[in-house]
Amino acid sequence: MSALAADRTGAPAILAGRGGVFGAMSDWVWRHPRMFLFLMLTPPVLWLGIIYIGSLFALLLQSFFSIDEFSGLINREFTLKTYGELFLPQNVDIVVRTVLMAALVTIASAIVAFPIAYYAARYAKGKWKAAFYLGVMLPLWSSYLVKVYAWKLILAKEGILNWFLAKLHLTWLLDAWLALPIVGGNSLSVSYTGTFLVFVYVWMPFMIVPMQAALERVPGNLIEASADLGAAPRQTFRNVILPLAMPGVIAGSIFTFSLTMGDYIIPQIIGTSRLFIGQAVYAHQGTAGNIPLAAAFTVVPIVVMGFYLWFAKRQGAFDAL
Amino acid sequence: MSSDRSQRAPVGLKVAAAAGLLFLHLPILIIFVYAFTTEEKSYVWPPPGFTTQWFAVTWNRPDVWEALTLSVQVAAISTVIALVLGTLCAAAISGTSFFGRETISLLVILPIALPGIITGIALRSAFSLAEIPFSFWTIVLGHATFCVVVVYNNAVARFRRTSGSMIEASMDLGADAFQTFRHVILPNIGTALVAGGMLAFALSFDEVIVTTFTAGQQQTLPIWMLEELVRPRQRPVTNVVAMVVVIVTFLPILAAYYLTRDGDQIAGAGK
Amino acid sequence: MTPAVSFTKVSRHFGAVRAVDAVDLEIAEGEFFAMLGPSGSGKTTCLRLIAGFEQPTSGRIEIFGENAVGVPPYRRNVNTVFQDYALFPHLNVADNVAYGLMVKGVAREERSRAAEEALALVKLPGYGARKPGQLSGGQRQRVALARALVNKPRVLLLDEPLGALDLKLREQMQEELKSLQKQLGITFVFVTHDQGEALSMADRVAVFNDGKIMQIGSPQEIYRRPATRFVADFVGSSNILPPDFMQRYAGQRRWGSLRPEHIRILAQTSGDGVPARVAALSYLGAGTRVSLDAEGLRLHAVVDSGGALPAPGDAVVLTFNRDHVHVMDEPA
Repeated sequence: MSALAADRTGAPAILAGRGGVFGAMSDWVWRHPRMFLFLMLTPPVLWLGIIYIGSLFALLLQSFFSIDEFSGLINREFTLKTYGELFLPQNVDIVVRTVLMAALVTIASAIVAFPIAYYAARYAKGKWKAAFYLGVMLPLWSSYLVKVYAWKLILAKEGILNWFLAKLHLTWLLDAWLALPIVGGNSLSVSYTGTFLVFVYVWMPFMIVPMQAALERVPGNLIEASADLGAAPRQTFRNVILPLAMPGVIAGSIFTFSLTMGDYIIPQIIGTSRLFIGQAVYAHQGTAGNIPLAAAFTVVPIVVMGFYLWFAKRQGAFDAL
Repeated sequence: MSSDRSQRAPVGLKVAAAAGLLFLHLPILIIFVYAFTTEEKSYVWPPPGFTTQWFAVTWNRPDVWEALTLSVQVAAISTVIALVLGTLCAAAISGTSFFGRETISLLVILPIALPGIITGIALRSAFSLAEIPFSFWTIVLGHATFCVVVVYNNAVARFRRTSGSMIEASMDLGADAFQTFRHVILPNIGTALVAGGMLAFALSFDEVIVTTFTAGQQQTLPIWMLEELVRPRQRPVTNVVAMVVVIVTFLPILAAYYLTRDGDQIAGAGK
Repeated sequence: MTPAVSFTKVSRHFGAVRAVDAVDLEIAEGEFFAMLGPSGSGKTTCLRLIAGFEQPTSGRIEIFGENAVGVPPYRRNVNTVFQDYALFPHLNVADNVAYGLMVKGVAREERSRAAEEALALVKLPGYGARKPGQLSGGQRQRVALARALVNKPRVLLLDEPLGALDLKLREQMQEELKSLQKQLGITFVFVTHDQGEALSMADRVAVFNDGKIMQIGSPQEIYRRPATRFVADFVGSSNILPPDFMQRYAGQRRWGSLRPEHIRILAQTSGDGVPARVAALSYLGAGTRVSLDAEGLRLHAVVDSGGALPAPGDAVVLTFNRDHVHVMDEPA
């Protein structure tokens, strides 16, 4: 007979609790799971609700104030005047420039990111897969400012890019590009081309991650099935892979678009003197002290992103996040 | 699409992927070269000579040390706050389903989904409306807010893998709520929390956009870098600091990767 | 004698869903008790009510005569073997088994000795240092069993304990569980959707449907004398005979059931009995299962594979002994 045999001598079926404060608290938690859930949620919800959502409302509120042109003081009366100022030609300019840049950066990021994501999802295995993953994660997480700084070094007149082009005897090509209107300028570091390059560099990794996730979910046999049905690789790519990867592309574009639209540091350090939304917000709240206009400006990316997210959700992009 | 027995990658794809990865990594490598250059006044390439003297110069710069200390303090405290809030939120969200669950996960993600400048100016305008003077704590307030999501993402993924029946098994075997937390929940989510904490630390350590709005006169290391970027004064020192920052941020990322690699991935989209 | 577990009008409702609905139940001490039913029938919720993971919406639950309502699982001297085993992945096998003793504050030496003993009981001696991830499904299940038994529970609950095992292992574990229960004399309550398992292992079976118990009885009673159509249909492969059919051939206007092995097939087109047509044959080894169409009523018979077999399409006449027809409690 085993020592583990049933104890028929009357071992209690219900044991005494551990007792003490901890025992009582534990019993309370078990008896009131909803209350416990509520207690767990209270600190994070209070923090985010009061500090973050509260601040957003404070910002929104300020966008309905206006600034007194003579005294420079904020007039705390409800008005839509500040929003009207958004439609001044110079401000419309800023919005259009920013949205256009964000769109171009997104498209370019998608093009550069796709081969990496596709290779990592479909061909890389084992050690290589891990290497690809870290190869994307390390630049993604490494310091934003250092990355911008690196490009300041690269694009400088005496920097590596010009040196490299000179070695290849291609300086004329760069000069020809810089002579073009709009995209050109005195040098790359003070042109839209420079701003664009740095934006793509900094935000592109955010495109790779969801794109790869979406591509991983395309079953391999689907591609084989397509090939089996007589589709050329190009057709398979266009009709099977691309549509299935699209939610990932859209998910990634949320990041590249949103991050580009809100950035005020990159265009300040590398680019022309013309403002982007982020710079306008920064300038209005800072030196100009026109918080209402700055607040109204921030509503623009919120609204644009709202539409963008709504569109992305309809395309099923959130499953790829 | 993990297996592809018959095909090898087309050469064009290989070249494009390799080029893309080079594009991501070369600029960071260039930082390492510049840290050793003898050139002081310009960004000339190739460097005319190499030296390690700038490391000593940087070492003796009190402003760099002050900025670094502030950054580490802010990141440490923000990480602790984010760990507490993010874990509580993840535990509540993954344990049960309740009305408003979706709203709460949206609330956590929002500070990172909206451009940083919005978070920054929103906090600044709230501080000014509430007449809160800028201080160390206003920086922490901002940082902790957007760090919560990183911890949350890591913790939620792990909570999902820690099956609910494991908690029931522990209680069934006689462990009360506290014993279950200590002996079962904590050991199982521990590495995910450490990973989340490291990423939160890296995120806070590097943050500049929100910080410029909440910092007042104080300089974190990124703010110091930004000053140097806008008005370069000490290029060689900046080069060295940039290199150190790269190394300091790589370490927690690598550690986080190794802690979470089996199963869930570090939430890259959480930055 | 005090029952090991007793339910008095126990209900558990989740919103509008009545997972368990006014169930009365008594499980005797030392009994091997099976709760059988399809998924969603309330059997697992009943088990969870005994373990304490669920609280009844109404009714009274007693374990060895002591009130269990409002008592958390960690204060019940009842242990569970989970369907997915729920072993702790961060602990090795010995620490998994000793977990219950550890949280009760038993000294390290004593609990490792008890763990080793429990592992020997489930035929896994010397496995203590391994991690659960290094074990096969069958071994994990034995560890889960040892982890529960080491606490000397007064009632052991098993939630679909063999569901994840393959057939061969399942049969072996059925026998082992049965002999373990005999050896230890602990009350076993196990949940299953597999009627074969319930009938072969349990002393008594409760058949669940829609949150209610349809019938409680010994395996023989359940198999031979199903109380309702649901039981007849769910337990084994009985033919269910509608009241009209019963009126004509058995003289009672009630629902009835008839086991396939009790139907005889006569190769003739007319005569005394039920005219039918052979629809299909399936070979089962010793026997052959014949599907029959008796004027629209689908019946099954099992005949000896060695004898003469009818062919599909044949017109036949079916006969059976009236004593073999079981009249169910369920009204027409």
